[in-house]
This record gives sequence, C-alpha cells and structure tokens, in this order.
Amino acid sequence: MTAATRSSSRNAANASHAANEPRLSVEQVSYAHAPNPQQAPIFTLEATSFQVKAGEVVAILGPNASGKSTLLQIISGALQPLSGRVLLNGFVTHDLEPRIRGQRIAMVQQESQLLFPSKAWEFVMQGRHPYGKSLRFETDQDVVIAKNALAQVGAEHLSDRWMDQISGGEKQRVILARALAQQPLLLLLDEPTLHLDIGAQVDLLETLHRLARENRYSVVVVTHELNLVGEYADQVVLLQKGKCLRVGAPAAVYQRDLLEQVFQTQLSVEMGSNGRPRVNILPGT
Amino acid sequence: MKPLTLSRLFLQCTILGAILFCVMVLALKFGAIHVSLYGLGRDLLRVFLGQSKQISSEYSLIVLNIRLPRILLAVFVGASLSIAGTSFQALLRNPLADPYVLGVSSGAAVGSILALLVEPHLALAPEIAAVFTPLGGFLGAVVAITAVYFLGRREGRIDSNTLLLGGVITASLLSALIALLLTALPSSNFRGMTYWLMGELSAVPSRPLAWVLRVGFLIAAAVIYMTASDLNLLLSGEKEAMHLGVDVRRVRIVVYVAASALTGLAVAMSGSIGYVGLLVPHVMRMIFGSDHRILIPASAFGGAIALVIADTLARTIAAPSELPVGAITAIAGAPLFIYLLRRRLA
Repeated sequence: MTAATRSSSRNAANASHAANEPRLSVEQVSYAHAPNPQQAPIFTLEATSFQVKAGEVVAILGPNASGKSTLLQIISGALQPLSGRVLLNGFVTHDLEPRIRGQRIAMVQQESQLLFPSKAWEFVMQGRHPYGKSLRFETDQDVVIAKNALAQVGAEHLSDRWMDQISGGEKQRVILARALAQQPLLLLLDEPTLHLDIGAQVDLLETLHRLARENRYSVVVVTHELNLVGEYADQVVLLQKGKCLRVGAPAAVYQRDLLEQVFQTQLSVEMGSNGRPRVNILPGT
Repeated sequence: MKPLTLSRLFLQCTILGAILFCVMVLALKFGAIHVSLYGLGRDLLRVFLGQSKQISSEYSLIVLNIRLPRILLAVFVGASLSIAGTSFQALLRNPLADPYVLGVSSGAAVGSILALLVEPHLALAPEIAAVFTPLGGFLGAVVAITAVYFLGRREGRIDSNTLLLGGVITASLLSALIALLLTALPSSNFRGMTYWLMGELSAVPSRPLAWVLRVGFLIAAAVIYMTASDLNLLLSGEKEAMHLGVDVRRVRIVVYVAASALTGLAVAMSGSIGYVGLLVPHVMRMIFGSDHRILIPASAFGGAIALVIADTLARTIAAPSELPVGAITAIAGAPLFIYLLRRRLA
C-alpha cells in the first residue's frame, strides 16, 4: 500500500467515524421566560434532547407557541438554556465567541427586514463578515464564495437586483445564500417557508435537503409544513406547549392519534411508496 | 459584484476632501468685508510658504484670525454631528434618528449650561476649567441617549415609533429645563446663551480646548469607524447581526458613547445645530450607498461642507449682522425632513 492510499484510507475512516458521531447534540435543554424576574414564567420549555449528524435535516414541528423558535434560538447560542446544554462538535454554542459562532452556525430568520435596501450580492457578502476583522475589505476569495452561494440556491441572476424589488421566494433564496456564504457546520432556519407559495416551499425544502447531503451541513428547520417535513426530513422533533413529545424519523413520529392530539384537528396518515408519510387534513369530520 | 476596495474609498474621500477645500476657500472670501479671490489665493500661498509677515495686519486679522477659526469650527461641528447622526441611524435602525431629533443635542446643551453655572463655584485648575463645558456636554448627551434608548424599548426590542416619540418628549422636557436654567444666569449672559442655543459658530476655542476637541474628535470618529462593518449588519436588526458574528452589546456601548462624545463636544462649542446629523447621512447614502465603510467618512466630509456653506450664508445674508447658523440649517432642513418622513410613510 502506497503512502498516498494509506493516507486516503485513513481520511476515509476518519470521515466515516465523523459521520457516525453526532455533530449537534442537544442535551436536556430547558428554558423559562418571564417578562420580569418577580413574575412566574409565562412560557417554559421542558427538557428536550436530540442529536443531529452531518448531512442530516431535522425538523422541529408543533403548533403555535409550542417553543419551536425558542428551541432554535437556544441551539443557535443566542439564548442561554435554563438547564442542559447544546454542543456543536463538542463546544457549547452559547459560550462561543460571536465571530466563531458566526463561522459555525448560520441562522435564517422568519423575516429579514432591511432599513436601507441593498443589492442581493451585498446582502450575501454579509455572510463573510464573521471571517473578517473590523474594517476588512472583501477579498477575491470572498467574492468567489458569495457567487458560489448564490449559484447553489439557483440565484446567480439575482446578484445585481435590489433586495426590495425581488419576490418573496427569490428573497428567501438570497437569504439562504447569505447563510451558505458563512460556510457553516450548522444551518438553522426559522419558518423559512412562511410567506412562500407552495411551489417555492417545495423548492426550498428540496434545496435544503440537497445542500445538507452535498455540503454535509447539519440542518435544523422550524416549520408548519407537515407534508414537506414528511418528505424531506431525516428526523422530526415534535413539540407541544413546551414539551418535547417525540423525536424520531417522520414515519415513526407521524401517528394519526398523536398528530391529531397535537394539532387539534382530524387527519389521516398514509405511507407513500417511498416509505415517507403523507398527512391529509380531514375538514369537518 | 463590486465590493468596496481601499483604492475606491481613498478616491472618493479625496474628491470630497477637494470639494471641502474649495468650499473653505470660498468661505474665507465671503463675508462683511470684501476680499478678492486673487488676494486670498496669494496670501494663502504666503502662509503655506511661511511668509505670513508679508500679509497686511488688517487682512490677516479678518481672514486668518476671525474667518478661518470659525470655518475650522464649522468643519469640526459639521463632521461630528454627521458622524453621530449616521451612527444613531444605524444603531437605532431608524432613518429619522439624529442627535437633534433624539434629544441628545438638548441633553448636551443642558450639560454644558450646568457646567457653566457650576464652574465658577468650583476652584478648578485652568486646564480643567477650559474643558469643563465640553465635558458637561458629553455627560448630558450620554444621559439623554440612555434615557431615550430605554424609553424606546418595548419588550426588550427597540420600537422605532416609540423611540422617536421618546426622543421628542425628552427634547421638549430638556428645552423646558434649559429655559429654567437660563433664568438662573446673570442677565449679561442671557442674550449670548440664547444665541448659542440657536446654534452659532463664533466661539473661538482656547488652545487646550482646541486640543481636546481635536483629540476627542479623532478618537471618537476612529472608534466609530472601526465598527463600520458591524453597523452594516446592524441595519438588518440586532438578532441578525448577532448571528453574523457581531458582538452586538460591545458595538452598541462603544458607538453610543463615541457618538454622544461627538455630539457633546459639538454642542458645547456651537449650541444645538439641527438637521445636519439627520440629512447629511441621507444625502450621502443616496450618493454612496449604505456601506458604512464609505458612508461614515463621506458623511463627515458632507457635514463639514454643509455647515461651512450654512455658516457662510449666516454671515453674509444679513451682513454686517449675523444670523444663527442653527436657523439656516433648520430652514433648509425642515422641509427636507418632512419630505423624507412622508416618503417613508408612503
């Protein structure tokens, strides 16, 4: 065996080892929110645990006010959990220095408002901020990375358009491109499909699924889209009123009784030919 | 895709610097006493060549000892207010924010007046006494922006409308306080103070004070400029900026303090001159875009240019008497402010 093949087989072994290890580990995380310290908390998140590997898409599901966004903020390191911890490659996310956190975790928020409009490429270039120091000017490499990010979400043609003059779906792609320009390990998305039509929703989830596989991102997405999650997610975390009810593959979590109880509506669940569950809402029954 | 480069930044600043220089030379020419452009050029050249003795003493008195310090003060005040305005607009995510609208200028005015009232009663060393008023102005500005910041917060987030309203209320409360304080002043000072409050640039800083102004301006402006890329991200909101690696808390404190220092120093020297900090950043944003790495220096140059022009008008419109420059900026600025407000609401 030559040195080169030995080294490549060692790399392969490392890679497969790394692939089996969870990249993100949410360990018994809980949270309580009170408007002021004297009052009893108006919202709590009970101990929640799950793990995400590289290349996996995990969806956090649940009705409104079930704690989905809070859980996502805790994972991102923006909120400190009351108990438990979130580890990304062994580091506690909340303790990471802001710039390092920006290099490892990218967050796509529900809405990204701009005070003064910018061009799409300027917006994507913001994703390179964690890699620079105070007054650093963008390098050629940053430009290449930003262009690639736009290409990966199929938005190269939007590069020179103004952000306030493109459609909701296009805007969401550019926002996603900015997150990709951060070259993160972990990609977090808070209801990215909120203002999108059904075509754009499918498109976005498909893109996420592809990017997770190709770039080995770990993706955690908060959404209400049961069927898209059933189709594209590897794992589902089901929350209700701050309680984590179930963690597992969509096929295991999507049980009619459970979903009916959580979402307070009549529905049916059937398995598709690809082993993915489909949910049908049954109105008026 | 054309990111900002150092050479482009340098080129744009050089152009603005050249415009400022021309405006300053013209401002030296205009005034109650006529000075020809040729004579001005010849004598400026003499000053540069170290032959100032050849200049006639009367001429030297008017141009170099009266007009020049005043123009330099206009440059300093205009640049300070514009940088402060640009910073407040980014930090508070509000395009209508500026030191004047937010009540920071009024806070600085109260601080300066208090310092003036208290100073004779304290046995201060002359060096400290000289910088006591700007120090009062700075502290007044910090207190005002802190108050407005907390008034503008709702459920842990800055609410644009509440914030502006908080600023307006704070400014009106402080104006009442200023009126009360003015009655405590000896009557000989009253007219001078009233004039100062309207904004005027006739004060000539003493030597130690001039150094404090220069050093204070350079440090505060440099500190703000170092956060330029962070401010770019803060435009999309504090949460977004945080997820993109900005240490939001640090940037917020650093920029608030530095912008308040700029406002405090400017107001202590020239009273509250409105609209410069609000409108200059807007105009510069229209020309250069909203990247703070170019916007901050462009606003500094723009503010200096605008205030030198406004002050020249104040000196010449009703010559030989002078108008307060604050009145000129308000007359020019208020209609533009209303236009921007309506465009934003639309």
